[in-house]
Amino acid sequence: MSALVQSIGHSTIALVRDLGRIGWFLIYSFYMVVRRPGRPVHILKQLKFIGAKSLFVIFLTAAFTGMVLGLQGYYTLAKFGSEGMLGTAVALSLIRELGPVLTALMVTGRAGSAITAEIGIMRISEQIDALETMALDPFKYLITPKLIAAIIALPLLCAIFDVVGIYGGWLVGVKLLGVNPGAYFYEMEKAVVWRDVSSGIAKSLSFGVIIAWVGCYKGYYAGHGAEGVSRATTESVVLTSVLVLVWDYFLTSVLL
Amino acid sequence: MIRLSNLHKAFGSQTVLNDLSLEIPAGQITAIIGPSGEGKSVLIKHMIGLMRPDSGQIEVDGEDILNVRRSRLNQIREKFGMLFQNAALFDSMNVFENVAFPLQEKTDLPKDEIRRRVISALEDVGLKNVEQKFTDELSGGMKKRVGLARALLLKPKIILFDEPTTGLDPIIKRAIHQLIKETHTKFGFTAVIVSHEIPEIFDIAQNVAMLFRGKILQFGSAEDIKNSDHPVVKQFVSGSLDGPIQMV
Repeated sequence: MSALVQSIGHSTIALVRDLGRIGWFLIYSFYMVVRRPGRPVHILKQLKFIGAKSLFVIFLTAAFTGMVLGLQGYYTLAKFGSEGMLGTAVALSLIRELGPVLTALMVTGRAGSAITAEIGIMRISEQIDALETMALDPFKYLITPKLIAAIIALPLLCAIFDVVGIYGGWLVGVKLLGVNPGAYFYEMEKAVVWRDVSSGIAKSLSFGVIIAWVGCYKGYYAGHGAEGVSRATTESVVLTSVLVLVWDYFLTSVLL
Repeated sequence: MIRLSNLHKAFGSQTVLNDLSLEIPAGQITAIIGPSGEGKSVLIKHMIGLMRPDSGQIEVDGEDILNVRRSRLNQIREKFGMLFQNAALFDSMNVFENVAFPLQEKTDLPKDEIRRRVISALEDVGLKNVEQKFTDELSGGMKKRVGLARALLLKPKIILFDEPTTGLDPIIKRAIHQLIKETHTKFGFTAVIVSHEIPEIFDIAQNVAMLFRGKILQFGSAEDIKNSDHPVVKQFVSGSLDGPIQMV
C-alpha cells in the first residue's frame, strides 16, 4: 500500500516538475524572442528549413485533401440538389479547419521531428554545453530562430494549403463532375468572410508556436544516447499532434 | 582560483559527489584522477556551472557561482575555456566556423582579423589547411586540437579538459599532452584535467587530486601522489587488480 502511495507521489511530483519546466521553456523562449531574437541569417535558415522545404508535402497534401473534399462534398450536396454550393463547402472546410490543422500535422512530421532530433543530438554530443561554456545562451542560437521561423512559416504554408486545396476541389468538382465553374467560385466568394480567414490565420500562428515549442523542448531535454534522442523525437511528434488537435478544439470554440 | 566546498550530488539513489571539497590553485595544472564512473566529468562540469550540486558551494575567484544571476554566471564563464571529451565541435560547421564562432559572437572584430586569429590559433595546435573540413572528416586527435584551438582563442584564465586524450593512440596522446603543457607555459592559464592517463599525467600536472567514492581521497603534488602510500591511490597508480578498488 505504502509503495503504491509512494509511486503515485513520485509520479505526481515528476508531472508537476515537467509541466513547470515545459511552461518555463515557453516563457523563456518568448522572453528571448523579445530580448535577443538571434541573427536574421539564422532565422532565414530556419524559415527555409521549416517553410520552403515543407512546400512539396504541403502541395501534395493540399491537392489531395481538396480533391477528396470535392468528391465527398459533391456526393453529399447532390442529394439535396445543391451542387452549386461545393465551392463554399470546400473553401470553408479548408480555410477554417483542415488547412491549419493538416498543415500543422504535416510540418510536425517533417520539421518538428527534425528539430527535436537536431537539438537532441546537440544535447547528447555536448554541443549545447559547449555553447554554455562560451557564455552564449543556447536559446538565442537554437530555440528563438526556430520559434520565429515557425510563427512566420505556418500561416504562409496554411494559405498555400488553402489555395491549392480549393483548386483541388475545383479540379474534381468542376472538371470531373461537371459543377458549374461560375457557381463554384461565386458561391465561395459570397460565403467566405474575413472572420473565416482570420480564424485560420490565428490557428496556424498558434500551431507554429506549438510545433517549435514542443520540438525544441523535447530535443533540449532529450535523454541519453541514440535511444534518448529517438524517444524524444517520437514523443515530440505525438505530443505536438495531440496538442494541435486539442488546441484546435478550444480555439474553434472561442473563434466560432 | 576555484574552490569547491562540501559538494553533494546524487542522481536518483546514486550519490556521485559526497561532501567533496577541493581547491584548484591558480595558474597551475591540476589533474583529477580516479576510477571510471566515479564522477570526474560531473565534478568538472560543476566548476563551470553546467551542473548544480544538491548542496555545497562553488567559488570562482572568490565569487559564489551558485547564487548569481544567469547574466553574471555568463560573465564568470568568460573566464573559462573547456575542451570536452569528444571535443563537442558543432557538426553543422566546418573547422574555421567552429573556431571562429566565439569570436564572431562575442567581439566586433573585422572578418580579416577573425580569419587571422583563427588561422593562428589552429597553427598553435599544429593544424594547417584544415579550415574548410567538416568535423566528420577529422580524426579524433584533430578534433581535440580544433576543440583546444577554440578553447584557447578568447585567452581564458581557466581551461577545463575533460579526458582530452581518451581514445587516442599513444603518439597523438603524447602530442596532446605536450600541447597542453606548451600552451600552458605560453598563456599561463589555470588548467584542470580529468584524466585516466597514468603515468603520463604526472609529467604535465603540477597537482593531482584522487577522486574516489565521491570524495577527494588525496590531493598533492604530482610527485606526492605518484609515491603515495594510501592503498587506494597506490593501487590506482600502479594499475594493480589487487586492492581496495574492486572491479564490478
